[in-house]
Amino acid sequence: MTQPTTAATVGHIQPDDAHTDHGDTTVFGFWIYLMTDCILFGTLFATFAVMRTSFAGGPTGKQLFEIPGLAYETAALLLSSITYGFAMLAAYQQKVGQVRAWLVVTFVLGLCFLGIEVHEFAKLIGEGAGPDRSGFLSIFFTLVGTHGLHVTCGLVWMAVLMVQTIGKVRLTPRAITRLSCLSLFWHFLDIVWICVFSFVYLLSVM
Amino acid sequence: MDQSNMSHPGPEFADPHGTGESHGSMRSYLTGFALSVLLTAGAFWVGTREGLPIADKIGGVAVLAIVQILVHLVYFLHMNASSKQRWNVTAFAFTVVILVIVVGGNLWVMHNSNVLMMPASTDGGF
Repeated sequence: MTQPTTAATVGHIQPDDAHTDHGDTTVFGFWIYLMTDCILFGTLFATFAVMRTSFAGGPTGKQLFEIPGLAYETAALLLSSITYGFAMLAAYQQKVGQVRAWLVVTFVLGLCFLGIEVHEFAKLIGEGAGPDRSGFLSIFFTLVGTHGLHVTCGLVWMAVLMVQTIGKVRLTPRAITRLSCLSLFWHFLDIVWICVFSFVYLLSVM
Repeated sequence: MDQSNMSHPGPEFADPHGTGESHGSMRSYLTGFALSVLLTAGAFWVGTREGLPIADKIGGVAVLAIVQILVHLVYFLHMNASSKQRWNVTAFAFTVVILVIVVGGNLWVMHNSNVLMMPASTDGGF
């Protein structure tokens, strides 16, 4: 009888103790991961810059890209950044219901962004402007697709955190650390998107 | 487990420097959002405007993008000059150096290669 109780107590205490020791380190470690992700995107942007006129006789960005769709995508991602910020503010005040509500709003906005992107990709491929058409389109799909894949991972992560808040009255320090890491990830993806809409889309339609 | 989470008193989170990142406030998030909306709208306006010299458009969009990245770093990722943030900023500065070498070096090498290897090219390089 004594042994299970001890085990359970240890199990309960450990997560919080682990946080007081490693919460800062976890967020800093995640920041280091983001810096390496920066370099991944940097190499993709460098490749795009080199390949951006390699049309191989195929369609150019000016013929393919539609600014209204791009504007909706950008608006969705920008709005999702501030709604995630509101979720973080609610988390620091231990308002779990508000955290969940803002996460749902952020999730829906992220889903809108992905929906527009997938629709654009399907349309391009349908028009015969798929990644196999030219060097320009290969790197376009690789770069924008890599960002889209990151957003998809962020949404899965967000769904998991939303489920973890169900039935909770308080957020544990661990839960706050997880929310902080996703916050960095989500805002980082918005920064990458700034480069995508500026240097990939707007420069191509000039 | 749930019960324990609910009843566990836990430390207070009011300390704005409790985690590896600084917290924002409602005011800082809204300021950042307003600035980024303006900068995004500006970039779209400059980028799609007819009749502006292309060099001006490229310069304008690039400057607006860089300013917006800084706005996001400060207001959304809460980067600042405090000692808590020193290692975050150091890691970021190192990343910027690597990015300049990778992206700038690539463009430089490929530009030279285009100029020197394809003198007959009429599209002005890449």
